[in-house]
Amino acid sequence: MKVLWALLATVVAVAAQTTIDRWFSNNAIDLVLVVVVYNALSTGRVGGMLTGSFAGLVQDTLSGGVIGMAGLSKTVVGFGAGIVGTQFIVTHSASRFVVFFLATVVNAAIFMGLYELLGLRHFGTPVVAVAGQGLGNAVVGVLAFKGVEVLPGAVERRRMARSGLRR
Amino acid sequence: MAILDVRLRAGYLFLAVVIAHLVLISAQVNARTGVPILETVTFGAFAEVQRGTSAVLNGFRGAWTGYIALRNVRTENEALRQELANAQVEIQRQRALADRTRSLETILGLSNSIDLQTAAAQIIGAAASPDFRTVTIDKGSAHQLRADMAVLAPTGVVGRVVIAGPRASRVQLLVDRNAAAGALIERSRAQGVVVGAGDDRLRLDYVSETSDVAVGDKVVTSGIDGIYPKGFVIGVVDSVDKNGVAYRSIGIRPAVDFSTLEDVLVVLTPAPAEQAGAEKP
Repeated sequence: MKVLWALLATVVAVAAQTTIDRWFSNNAIDLVLVVVVYNALSTGRVGGMLTGSFAGLVQDTLSGGVIGMAGLSKTVVGFGAGIVGTQFIVTHSASRFVVFFLATVVNAAIFMGLYELLGLRHFGTPVVAVAGQGLGNAVVGVLAFKGVEVLPGAVERRRMARSGLRR
Repeated sequence: MAILDVRLRAGYLFLAVVIAHLVLISAQVNARTGVPILETVTFGAFAEVQRGTSAVLNGFRGAWTGYIALRNVRTENEALRQELANAQVEIQRQRALADRTRSLETILGLSNSIDLQTAAAQIIGAAASPDFRTVTIDKGSAHQLRADMAVLAPTGVVGRVVIAGPRASRVQLLVDRNAAAGALIERSRAQGVVVGAGDDRLRLDYVSETSDVAVGDKVVTSGIDGIYPKGFVIGVVDSVDKNGVAYRSIGIRPAVDFSTLEDVLVVLTPAPAEQAGAEKP
């Protein structure tokens, strides 16, 4: 069931990314990376790694780049975030924010580093762009966790309120 | 057994996945002759998802713009009527100019070289990774589209087709880091190569030291790349950085606003070089 959710979340993230990128093409958010890190923190290193691998490959095939570049970078990020999620207590918003931000930096370093190393693409000095994307991803990631945590409680409270009214 | 240890298994799995990715990358980097089959198949399948997402989104936008956001329509209508009247006058003027040009061409024995056959297409999606500047359009090889066909918008050059699936195609925008086009300054006819900067900017490279380039100059396609037809607007020079006599960098503001682009035209007419090659026995 978890695998299905991860697949569905990845497909939705890719669809959303290809839609928002039409209007906000400023590298501000990588929704696919947010899903990978979210899944890694929720399920652990194997879940994170497999989600990262799948999501990265889908991104590669849809972006026109070398297939495997985003796959590799997101595999490493997913695995790393999974280790962080299991070895450290990452339940506070601030710590999650840092994980999402660092995951973006590591992802960019591997992705851009590989392209530069192979001489296939030049990124100039992407420090500001990567930092901006890191902040964007971190905000979206933290909000996603908050939303998922708040939602069951809200549903439960509503159910309790309804049952209270009936009595 | 150590191999059954969960911690070790995860490590082995990670190593296997990383190696698989490296092998995949190596295979492509060593043999980059054509488009990989995996890419074509995935692109074709996901283009349908993008088509669906785009249709749903356009439905919402249509409902919003057609029924809810109808304020100020009267004022806008008046302004558009005025604009139309002005445009009609301009058309008359252009028609007269075209007639005059045609007669001059006849006199000089020149043929009309910008008779382009185009196909209109709608953008249904963007790149899945923010590091690439590509869009998906809703026309493919079934509509006679092929790789390396130029894509234009009413305001200027958009990019070129890189993958033509059966019902959708991927277009590399001119602002992508790997995109380039032969270009010239309209005023001084100085030649160069326009390359994408990755963001919404362009750069003009390989311009001769003796060339005359100034801020505000219009940059158009030169046609030497065999993809983009000659004379189409790319953008306007907005910065010129010189180091002595040499140009250090020439920045161009694209004529096309890529963030609001919805409909494009694909040039179906083969480029002159390709046409000449096909005509050879």
